[in-house]
Amino acid sequence: MTRIVTQHLIVTQHFGNEQAKQLAVYEQLGGYAALRKAVSLTPQQIIEEVIASNLTGRGGAGFPAGKKWSFIPKDAETVYLVVNADEGEPGTFKDRWLMYWDPHRLIEGACIAAYAIRAHRFYIYIRGELVRELRVLEQAVAEAYERGYLGPSMAGSGWAMDAVVHRGAGAYICGEETSLLNSLEGKRGYPRLKPPYPALRGLFDQPTVVNNVETLMNVPTILERGGHWFADLGFPGDGGTRAVALSGHVKSPGIHEVPVGTNLRSIIFEQGGGMRESGKPLKAVIPGGSSMPILSAAEIDVPYAFQAMLKSEQIREVEQAPGIKFRWGAGGTLRSMPGSGAVTVIEEGTCMVALCARIMRFYAHESCGQCTPCREGSGWLAQVCTRLARGAGRRGDVDLLQRVAGQIGGNTICALGDAVTWPMLAFLTKFRGEFEAKEAGAAP
Amino acid sequence: MALSFSPQAHERIARLLPQYPTRMAACLPVLWVAQEEFGWLSAEAMRLVAETLELPESHVYSVVTFYTMYRRHPVGTYHIQVCTNVACMLRDAYQVLSRFERALELKPGETTPDGTFTLSEVECLAACGTAPCVQINDRYHEPVRPEEVEALVARLRLEAPALRAARPVASAAGPIVTAQSVPAADRAPTAQGLPAVERD
Repeated sequence: MTRIVTQHLIVTQHFGNEQAKQLAVYEQLGGYAALRKAVSLTPQQIIEEVIASNLTGRGGAGFPAGKKWSFIPKDAETVYLVVNADEGEPGTFKDRWLMYWDPHRLIEGACIAAYAIRAHRFYIYIRGELVRELRVLEQAVAEAYERGYLGPSMAGSGWAMDAVVHRGAGAYICGEETSLLNSLEGKRGYPRLKPPYPALRGLFDQPTVVNNVETLMNVPTILERGGHWFADLGFPGDGGTRAVALSGHVKSPGIHEVPVGTNLRSIIFEQGGGMRESGKPLKAVIPGGSSMPILSAAEIDVPYAFQAMLKSEQIREVEQAPGIKFRWGAGGTLRSMPGSGAVTVIEEGTCMVALCARIMRFYAHESCGQCTPCREGSGWLAQVCTRLARGAGRRGDVDLLQRVAGQIGGNTICALGDAVTWPMLAFLTKFRGEFEAKEAGAAP
Repeated sequence: MALSFSPQAHERIARLLPQYPTRMAACLPVLWVAQEEFGWLSAEAMRLVAETLELPESHVYSVVTFYTMYRRHPVGTYHIQVCTNVACMLRDAYQVLSRFERALELKPGETTPDGTFTLSEVECLAACGTAPCVQINDRYHEPVRPEEVEALVARLRLEAPALRAARPVASAAGPIVTAQSVPAADRAPTAQGLPAVERD
């Protein structure tokens, strides 16, 4: 926590202020005004404001938040909000910083969201390793109860609101929302088949919204300044800012909050200060956590926004074999995405085969084992990549990687299968030569 | 002798239960209470959690074996967890890991014979902006440069007796397992000689 952000827009505005995590100071700085305003509105009015803001999910998938809330049946008796604080996608560390510096903004945002979907309780599912942040949140929740923002009458509204901080126990997959729900119910964190979607049958079989930490921390500002202000700050269809988590061979790693749609090159070279002191030029960028297709140095002049990166012709389409485009979802081609907002910068001189092997090893370790393509496929890719990287590959290994990778994503219950396929095929699409060179040096 | 929870643990559990509509949902939190109480989760500790929550023992076991942070073996006074995932790897995490291996004469997954140190290689700790990150017990050390490892280990060695004295329960819970007695399947996966990311 040594580095402080260069911009203080919305979710990072209290970074560097150790006192802001105390309720009284947060209030002095204007905190909880949005919640007091929220309880004077109807849930429907809040949802409309958030829809107007074009706030999208900051956990990785980018789904419109207001729309997600609107799926909750209006006549449901018991509804839950679950805050996904199980941050684990390699490269991603924004939620950890956000919770540490500004826990009350999260509680305030969650209170407003819970009220909007007519929930009386929210759970904050926090990653087990984040003990310091867990203590900060527990302290903040206790303060919010004392001050009456939580309890039988939220901010004097008569609406009861309870918050429970729930500690995970070490499993990347639990960041997947249905896996998280099973984990919260006290089970192994196996993802569930969808449908039914959590909005209809989620936690304890009740309608549930699962939102990322950063997503919810934008909500107080949306209510204060209006949905349109927030929408205008960002990119068409994708409002507000992103707390971009910069890591790797960049001069100033850390959280840099920028408007959605900021040019990715400027995020790295202006906010991030460019390449580190080694003086080596940029080679590649992982633009949204390690599951997102990697970009070569020539592909980073793009707006950092979902729709822009999905469509930008600057970014080469991922191939399932040389010259054959990879198709996913409804049959579209794949370029890349900002995912969880994690930008990992890679300099020249880095072995892409070793890097890819490390990523594959991660997903093989974290595959929950339910679906055969993911359980077996991720392990095979990790093994083959690793032996190539060590110079112990075999003839045909590169084709083998391609063939196995193409059969995982889309054939599994959850997106972890895609998280294996996408980076593997993208590394091969853009750095195939390095893999082939490793294979050429191998025994027949 | 069967294990039992201390009065303080009973109090914590009593406060946890009303937070969930089912007893099963308290499984992870109560396992945390048990691990903090006993230092690790032996078969007896898992049975105690099952009885407390009126759950089948098989359910509790299935949960414990799914999550990496529940320990089925005692660990050393210091559990040193080195992240080697992408962002840390790019910032010399494998050098940090091998410095720890040398300083402690351990491979990942092993514990020193005196029970002071356990070394693990772990996956992303969400500290990529301050890489490379090393988690020692609950605390993150970020960044840890390779050249700082020896001094860090020396300092921990000095502080170990005081920490052990402050935590008598964990060491009384059972014998510390050394390298040879940890089943291979329970060891953290290792890089198996993955080459350094730098080519030149």
